[in-house]
Amino acid sequence: MPAWLFIFFGALAIVAAFGVIVQRNPVHCLLSLVLTLLVIAVLFIAEGAVVVGFLQAIIYAGAIMVIFLFVVWLLNIPGTPAPGGQLAPKFIGAIAASALGSMLFAFFSEPEAAVRAGAMAADYGSISSLARVLFADYLIAFEVTSVLLLAAMVGAVALARPPKNLDAKRDAEEPRRDEAAAG
Amino acid sequence: MISLNYMMLLSGALFSIGVAGVLLRRNVLVMFMSIELMLNAVNLAFVSLGNRLGTMDAQVIVFFVMTVAAAEAAVGLAIIISIFRNRESVNVDDFTLLKW
Repeated sequence: MPAWLFIFFGALAIVAAFGVIVQRNPVHCLLSLVLTLLVIAVLFIAEGAVVVGFLQAIIYAGAIMVIFLFVVWLLNIPGTPAPGGQLAPKFIGAIAASALGSMLFAFFSEPEAAVRAGAMAADYGSISSLARVLFADYLIAFEVTSVLLLAAMVGAVALARPPKNLDAKRDAEEPRRDEAAAG
Repeated sequence: MISLNYMMLLSGALFSIGVAGVLLRRNVLVMFMSIELMLNAVNLAFVSLGNRLGTMDAQVIVFFVMTVAAAEAAVGLAIIISIFRNRESVNVDDFTLLKW
């Protein structure tokens, strides 16, 4: 990856990441996040992690973000009002975040010297080399992942299902809503 | 090949922006998105370090982080839906029931 391309993608990632935290409309935040994830996928591919880069684009920017979008639409949030509330927590939060940022910058400024470059296999980043490590060294973790996903699925359904008494409550409210719509 | 320094600096910048989002925003959905941003910043650091070390383990860990993020997104969004149903709000200042 040439340096100018890295500068372009890096700047795009940072601008899009700022877009996530400064925009009012959650859908716009989400679209910025998708852009950030796609740029990170490109950087993964540039770093030799081809399979993981494509997985990032398909699973992360595709599937997980679509769940977010569904929830944003489902909740039908009224437009966020002008920023208000207490200023002190925001002030402290801004200071804390910038302190962490500068600390990370100081910490990461010279890792090149600390890392001993290893020999890279010819098929580095390919599906077969990923699978060889995944199904040999990390086999148990991989199998446990299936249990994790099952538990998450059951938990999500159990949490998001409306409670039993909600139906009665909704039935009681329904005629009033119809009248309001008619009027 | 891009210097590892710049990759790590980009990763640190993205992570800090995610932290700022969690600390500054009050919308619980945007806070959640900022958490995803932090996860991705760490993934970027993993991949670039793994590239320099010449091991595939970093990519496998990124794979697991993605799986955990998917599970976390599903459960977290279900919790948000469940809270929204009770409170009709996504502002974290309205979820102070456990605050003493």
